[in-house]
Amino acid sequence: MSAAPGAKKPYGAMAPDVDRFAFTPENLEEAKRILARYPPGRQASAVLPLLHLAQAQHGGWLPKAALDYVAEFLGMAKIRVYEVASFYDMFNIEPVGRVQVRVCTTTPCWLCGSDAVLKAAREVLGCEPGESSPDGRFYLREFECLGACANAPVLWIDDDFYEDLTYERAKAVLEAVVRGERPEPGPQSGRKGSMPAGGKTTLLEVGE
Amino acid sequence: MPKLTIDGEIVEVPPGSTVLQACEAAGREIPVFCFHPRLNIAGNCRMCLVEVEKMPKPQASCALPAADGMVVHTDSPTVHRARKGVLELLLINHPLDCPICDQGGECDLQDLTLFYGPDKSRFKENKRPVADKYLGPLISTHMTRCIHCTRCIRFLNEIAGVEELGAVHRGEHMEITSWVEAALTSELQGNIIDLCPVGALNSKPYEYRARTWELKKTESVDVLDAVGSSIRIDSRGNEVMRILPRLHEEVNEEWLADKSRFAYDGLKKRRLDVPMLRKAGRLEPVDWKTVLAAVADRVRATDPSRIAFLVGDQVDCETMVLVKELAERLGTPHVECRQDGSPLGIRPRAQYLFNTTIAGIEQADVCLLVGTNPRWEAPLVNARIRKRWRRGGFTVGRIGVPFDLTYPVHDLGAGPATLEEVAHGWHSFAEKLAAAERPMLILGMGAIARPDGAAVLGLAHRLAESVRLLRPGWNGFNLLHTAAARVGGLELGLVPGPGGRDLAGILAGIERGEIELVFSIGVEEVDPKRLEKAFVVHLGTHGDRTAPIASAILPGAAYTEKNATWVNLEGRPQRGRLAVFPPGEAKEDWRILRALSEAVGRTVPLDTPAQVRARMAELAPQLGELDRIRPAEWGSFGRAGPVDPAPFRSPIEDYWRTCPISRASAVMAECSALAAARAREATGTHG
Repeated sequence: MSAAPGAKKPYGAMAPDVDRFAFTPENLEEAKRILARYPPGRQASAVLPLLHLAQAQHGGWLPKAALDYVAEFLGMAKIRVYEVASFYDMFNIEPVGRVQVRVCTTTPCWLCGSDAVLKAAREVLGCEPGESSPDGRFYLREFECLGACANAPVLWIDDDFYEDLTYERAKAVLEAVVRGERPEPGPQSGRKGSMPAGGKTTLLEVGE
Repeated sequence: MPKLTIDGEIVEVPPGSTVLQACEAAGREIPVFCFHPRLNIAGNCRMCLVEVEKMPKPQASCALPAADGMVVHTDSPTVHRARKGVLELLLINHPLDCPICDQGGECDLQDLTLFYGPDKSRFKENKRPVADKYLGPLISTHMTRCIHCTRCIRFLNEIAGVEELGAVHRGEHMEITSWVEAALTSELQGNIIDLCPVGALNSKPYEYRARTWELKKTESVDVLDAVGSSIRIDSRGNEVMRILPRLHEEVNEEWLADKSRFAYDGLKKRRLDVPMLRKAGRLEPVDWKTVLAAVADRVRATDPSRIAFLVGDQVDCETMVLVKELAERLGTPHVECRQDGSPLGIRPRAQYLFNTTIAGIEQADVCLLVGTNPRWEAPLVNARIRKRWRRGGFTVGRIGVPFDLTYPVHDLGAGPATLEEVAHGWHSFAEKLAAAERPMLILGMGAIARPDGAAVLGLAHRLAESVRLLRPGWNGFNLLHTAAARVGGLELGLVPGPGGRDLAGILAGIERGEIELVFSIGVEEVDPKRLEKAFVVHLGTHGDRTAPIASAILPGAAYTEKNATWVNLEGRPQRGRLAVFPPGEAKEDWRILRALSEAVGRTVPLDTPAQVRARMAELAPQLGELDRIRPAEWGSFGRAGPVDPAPFRSPIEDYWRTCPISRASAVMAECSALAAARAREATGTHG
């Protein structure tokens, strides 16, 4: 039985030594704003948003120094933050590419052709799922259901969903991202949101 | 009170009980792995499944609140099938290495597999590999055996108060780890070995040394701190193989501090196993007759007023009875059991006891710690305080040097000046104590084992009176001893008689040549340089601090090697039992003194342990009955006087090495070195 792709290793096996981490002044403000959402004595509840903030600041992954920093920021035991960071899939505790490319391969997407999307991603980024691209800019992963099944198959790049993909459309999106552009997120088939693929079938008289 | 029907039997349980507790109340044994009565409920092993009527699926009884009218089946075919399924899944990733596993023979998984386990595995795939973790010199890990019950995590979080273990990753990748490879820092970490229901966490010093069924089990008490924890000494042949805690709800519950658990290798090293005499500046082995004759000659040649008896920290009461009798017959008043120089008197008894009792801590609502670091001086007392704090509505104040005690503490000040303020009611904490329903004060040896100790003790007395620590049915005045022998010594009155010298007087007398002969009965904490000038007769177990300057050495028995009585800090007399015999020619201490008295020609007429104990009960009737605390009378103690502004410091600077046994232990040395390295790191050489 081989380890699943992207299976996490214990900390320290791969991660380079990052000595220090601290929020930038802007992120510190943001962190304080997030903290204010929770009642006093319940700061630990802010661990997820703060880890997201730290991960975004540190280029897509969380070194131990960042976990320790967040633990101290929230007055939690370090191990509690390690548990959270290692449990959730959206936190990377090993160095990965800054741009996170996730291909949904759960059943609805797979039925609608996620294999082709994955193939496009492999070709454009030049790496396998669970790896970073050779230039180190991108991190490709297979992901479980992203909850956009009506627009399957789906590709999730950083904070944006690209939907209704085919091999060609996925390739176009990814190539644009590689060039440093950010194409318009959402369905790439021209339809709006998740309205029926063949055009409106109800409420024909209502609206514009 | 909910009423349930368990297998047709109706039981009534207190509100808030779980179905598991109800089943146990009905006398049904429910198999568990993750459930532990002293830990929070996790409900993740699923072994305790029972069938509850009107519920569609088997229920985890440990996590199911008992409700009125529940009809529970614990022995139905569904229950058995469910438990079998759970166990098969637990065994999927569990290696079949019972024959080399230290837990073999005392393993919950092994036992339950006997009842519920499949006879063969249907799992053809590879088992999950998990890297072993480094948790320090005390605990070894075999993480492939882990069944993720999380008892170890919960123990450290809840009881030890040191959040260092966690479960990282998830699902099939879940692992128990400290994440960074670092030793655990708790003084109670050894308990997770006992808690581990499988062989994932083992005792590193005991690993692969013995099998459980070849060990002789002796129920005894611990003397490495003053708590007097109940222990079980497991021995094979004449060797102590390991030490485990034994249940005593009022003292140690079912826990044991690490020093008490792991220092036993010190019993086998640096032992004094043959009598010795100093001849031409060198200690040379001699036989018992020679050494006793030589000491007796010396005693006869010395004026009684120039002979002193000092008694150490781990001496048993039987030996102290002989010391008292012998000193009386020799006619010397210089008898001193307080080798730390504390000013504790013998009347009233309340001044030297932990009057609230250890279990009584759970009733307190405000606690003031003075000059003590209970985490190191008595880890299990500290665990009780933490247990009380976890229930809420409990305030702890401290006068002394700050230290992380695993619960929040209000630091009021560091020295006697603050104690003075509180005692006179000038400090706001005094109001808190006075307003509390059950206030308690814990006075440490760090506050009184110093030159101004009597004045500090006087202040503590004043504080006790002013905030009314004594109320009907409640005594909140507590002294936290660090030595297992001290309370026994004070109960037996081993303090200077009329005209006698105390520790300072004896040491000064040695320097001035007024004391020529010193009996050191297990004394190891007095600076040996100050004893050097006298003819020192050392009755001890280890070649520790005093032996090198002794003129005659009488090898005695350590606490695992004799049937003897110790009195813990609450004043609870307890009997330790012989598990192995003393090494070489070493003998039981009281017998040595008995023989010596005969050699001197002043025979103490106590020939059997029964006679010694009868005499003990005459000297101190409160020691007559084992495991029973006699409440102490209150009175005035300490005295008014000037105090030194120096802050109170705990007498223990290194938890791991505090007595001859722990100082001889290689395991304790390793722990001590690690702790020292951590302390260096914390003081900032790493930025």
